[in-house]
Amino acid sequence: MTAEPNGIVFSDVSKFYGEVLGVNKINLKIGPGITSLVGPNGSGKTTLMNLMTGLIRPTRGDIAVLGTTPHDPERFYSKIGYCTQFDTFPKGVTGFGLISSVLRLHGRNKREAEEQTWQAIEQVHMTDAAHRRVAGYSKGMRQRIKLALAVAHQPTVLVLDEPLNGLDPMARAESIALFEKLAEEGRFVVVSSHILHEVDLISDCVVMMSNGYVVAEGDIQEVRGEMSEHPIGILVRCDRPALLASRAFGESHVVEVRIEDDGAGVLLRSRSADQLYAMVNRVVLEEALTIEGVTPVDEDVHSVYSYLIGSNGTGRL
Amino acid sequence: MSIEQIGVVAGFEIRKFRAGRKWFFPLLLAAAPVSLVSLLLIFDPRPPSNSQITQVFAVMFQTFMLRLMTLFGCALVFAHLYRGDMVTRTIHFYLLTPVRREVLVAGKYLAGLLITCALYGGSVAVANILIHSANGSAVAEAHFFGGPGTRELLSYVGIAVLACLGYGSVFMLTGFLFKNPAVPAAFVLVWESANVFLPAALQKFSVVHYLQSIVPVPIPVGPFAFITSPASVFESVTGLGLFTVAVLIVNGLLIRKAEINYVSD
Repeated sequence: MTAEPNGIVFSDVSKFYGEVLGVNKINLKIGPGITSLVGPNGSGKTTLMNLMTGLIRPTRGDIAVLGTTPHDPERFYSKIGYCTQFDTFPKGVTGFGLISSVLRLHGRNKREAEEQTWQAIEQVHMTDAAHRRVAGYSKGMRQRIKLALAVAHQPTVLVLDEPLNGLDPMARAESIALFEKLAEEGRFVVVSSHILHEVDLISDCVVMMSNGYVVAEGDIQEVRGEMSEHPIGILVRCDRPALLASRAFGESHVVEVRIEDDGAGVLLRSRSADQLYAMVNRVVLEEALTIEGVTPVDEDVHSVYSYLIGSNGTGRL
Repeated sequence: MSIEQIGVVAGFEIRKFRAGRKWFFPLLLAAAPVSLVSLLLIFDPRPPSNSQITQVFAVMFQTFMLRLMTLFGCALVFAHLYRGDMVTRTIHFYLLTPVRREVLVAGKYLAGLLITCALYGGSVAVANILIHSANGSAVAEAHFFGGPGTRELLSYVGIAVLACLGYGSVFMLTGFLFKNPAVPAAFVLVWESANVFLPAALQKFSVVHYLQSIVPVPIPVGPFAFITSPASVFESVTGLGLFTVAVLIVNGLLIRKAEINYVSD
């Protein structure tokens, strides 16, 4: 699959529910790969996804997905699949019946619809429960059947609102693997999640939201790198951490040095990532240190979000 | 593509109707005239004459079947088609498919029409055949095959279908416009029932005026016996057809702008 050049484009988009702000002045371009929407409840993630998929219309501004808009539903919705957060289903439907009916609306004939329904159901490992009524599914099974519904027509753009909610660890891992596979195929995968370490692992790009505004977007390391007011931190595990610590004290850009409790590592914080890494390299070479590992301690979504929003990132996210 | 999509939407709606137990009250209404006729046959042992039976059915058709059964039945079925999906938070399944919104309206309307025509057209037919069997099968045979019975039966069923067509479009519209369709349904019921007391010019703004104009057997006495400036069969059928199309177009225009108004829990 080749990535289409336009991507998902928000141009000065605002959405108000009466006097209540949904999102405001969003200018955003989302490319192929996995893009994560991060923010606490009420930050506007679902509103942004509903706007992206045409379930709601912007009060102001324009949204285009691969050059199409919801005003042309036949083209628009053949390119987009949306796994919503709504945990409701039409009465009496089975997982198989729901997906095959929707595929018939996508123009597939009965045989094609059945084939693609099985493919989608197999992707989420729901084959055994396919002909059971959705009303009897567990939360995790409903979540998986929604995911199957979103991917069944093989859309180029996949929008997933909290897709890992209710899934057990095994199903989470399988779902994440599916997202990565779809992204590798050149599709646009937009995911919202409050499970930050999982977002961190899979995202090519992060969009951080707060109170209806996009507060940061881009590759998480780039976003972190631009936050010069917050010292960058690395944990160096080596054979002589005390020596590295003493050398680091002499550097003007280093603002914190702390030996780990187990005595096998040192935490270094600096106002300059480049100078910090250069200093560590120099000491390692000069003192012939044996390095076990170098790990950034705050280049994850959780830390960046905390710095940006001033939240500790727990509970609300 | 669109014709197929209309068929798929209609089929899905009919399956939902069956599975969602929404059939109970519409079916109860459809069963009422048949039950009433059965009770009359059981508890009134005097066999009335065939002309009396025809009159009794005419009164029953105009007062109960047309103004209550079909009207209420259509309100229950059609108003639920869109509003029900909003209430159950499932309209997004449709809105996320590559289906033009007008096609969605057409599919849902077709489903409602098939359901109500089957229920109320069927109820009218069964009640008519049943009531004419009061004097035995020989008299019934003579009525249907040697007399006006078949023509009357087809006319009654046709009028019931026209009623479903007209009321269906109106109640589908109320389902779009009102969160609680019971209020507009009550208004339509009062408007249609009080139609005979309105000035002639206003009477024409009701579905029942055109239906009453073409009933095969007029009622001899009572408020529904008199029709001011009745419409011809052609006027009634084309008038109701055009009215239905116009209301469906409004439905289509409204759903184009429709958005989900629910959020996740």
